[in-house]
Amino acid sequence: MTGKNTENCNKNYLKYVRSLDPPTKHFKNCLAAFGVGGFICSIGQFFRYILEFAGLSGDELSGAVSVILIFLGCLLTGFGVYDRIGRHAGAGSIVPITGFANSVTSPAIEFKTEGYIYGTAAKMFNIAGAIIVYGVFSGVIVGIIYYFL
Amino acid sequence: MRSYAAICGSKEKEGVVGSYADITLSDDMYGESTYEKAECKMLSNAIRLSVKKSGLEEADIDALFSGDLLNQIISASFAARDFDFPFLGLYSACSTMSESMLLSAALISGGFAENCVAATGSHFATAERQYRYPLELGCTRPPQSQWTVTGAGACVISSQEGDIEIANATLGKVCDWGITDVNNMGAAMAPAAADTLLRHFSDTGTTPADYDVIITGDLGALGSRILKDLMWERGCDISSNHVDCGEIIYKVIEDEFQGGSGAGCSAVVMNSLIFTKMHAGLYKRVLFAATGALLSTVSSGQGESIPCISHAVELEVRREG
Repeated sequence: MTGKNTENCNKNYLKYVRSLDPPTKHFKNCLAAFGVGGFICSIGQFFRYILEFAGLSGDELSGAVSVILIFLGCLLTGFGVYDRIGRHAGAGSIVPITGFANSVTSPAIEFKTEGYIYGTAAKMFNIAGAIIVYGVFSGVIVGIIYYFL
Repeated sequence: MRSYAAICGSKEKEGVVGSYADITLSDDMYGESTYEKAECKMLSNAIRLSVKKSGLEEADIDALFSGDLLNQIISASFAARDFDFPFLGLYSACSTMSESMLLSAALISGGFAENCVAATGSHFATAERQYRYPLELGCTRPPQSQWTVTGAGACVISSQEGDIEIANATLGKVCDWGITDVNNMGAAMAPAAADTLLRHFSDTGTTPADYDVIITGDLGALGSRILKDLMWERGCDISSNHVDCGEIIYKVIEDEFQGGSGAGCSAVVMNSLIFTKMHAGLYKRVLFAATGALLSTVSSGQGESIPCISHAVELEVRREG
């Protein structure tokens, strides 16, 4: 870890550290994400069939399915199960709507000790805020492109 | 060194320190309503226990040196309000234990104080909230990451009694080799540890072989590997007697990946395992260099690299006569 000057020395050190980094198991992680993500979606599909059978259709149907999945995501977060799933499934449990529910509920629980207004309510969108902002923003961009096509 | 006490959480209980710690918690809340209160209570109980074990009264204590990881070191200050002795708050991230020991020893050896208490603690849940994400958030931890130790340790350092003495100490310099990855603390802190250890060896004219064990704070498995390489490169072989508190504290490396970290990590290991073994005569001369990463969420958010520090304290079993 020597070099001509500090900058060079630091660069060499960073290179050395990077070479020691434990490798991320991409294949295994992808497989886990695919499995868990797929499983969450199949649960959604299962509810969709049931609700369709019960007589819902169109926007009502997809809305109801989302609400059920959000509820389940919040419930599992509250029981402290969702973070365990997330630790192994990665994107598989972050990308579906249950992941969004988790990102809203977890800070709400965490900051409850600071009061219901400045804690739970104010910190609720700590993480989800970024998702909403960029979700809406990319929605607008795609909308504009779609309009001109 | 007159007495020592350590408290650790349930996860730490299963590791090496479990049987040596004075109190192990069965739940991380410690019967309190918030994790912050639990951390404060741990620290407070560790201090109380170490004073009690030393046989001194609260009035005999001339100073308390303490710190923790939270903003404005609230745990240490709040714990200090339970006691009737002067308090000096410290912040040196995970190296607070060696810094407080070093300052206590300096104050005593200068003749300004008779008995001092050095104490530090940390809690996984509070550190996680401050530095990372909410506990229940389902995110993955990168393989370089470490797990903040839930625990607290305290020791009473006195000018008279005690069979362990603080022989030498080296103050750390802040080292920053340009690591910006907040999940890779080991790599950021290793240069600071190497710098302090090398200066300690050259100042005291010793070699690594003179010590029974060289203990670093919380470099973790990866950081220890880097430290050994850095030392080797400067012609200093510590591979045979180097131990890292973070690396040994957990029994099963699963979610913890590289091991433990946090101010409580070295505090718990030193104040239970190491001092007990020194007391029993298994280790005669120990070099303890806790390492701290002096970052905040703001600095890392702004893309700053991580400055790190390491203070070394040399402990020796006092010879008879």
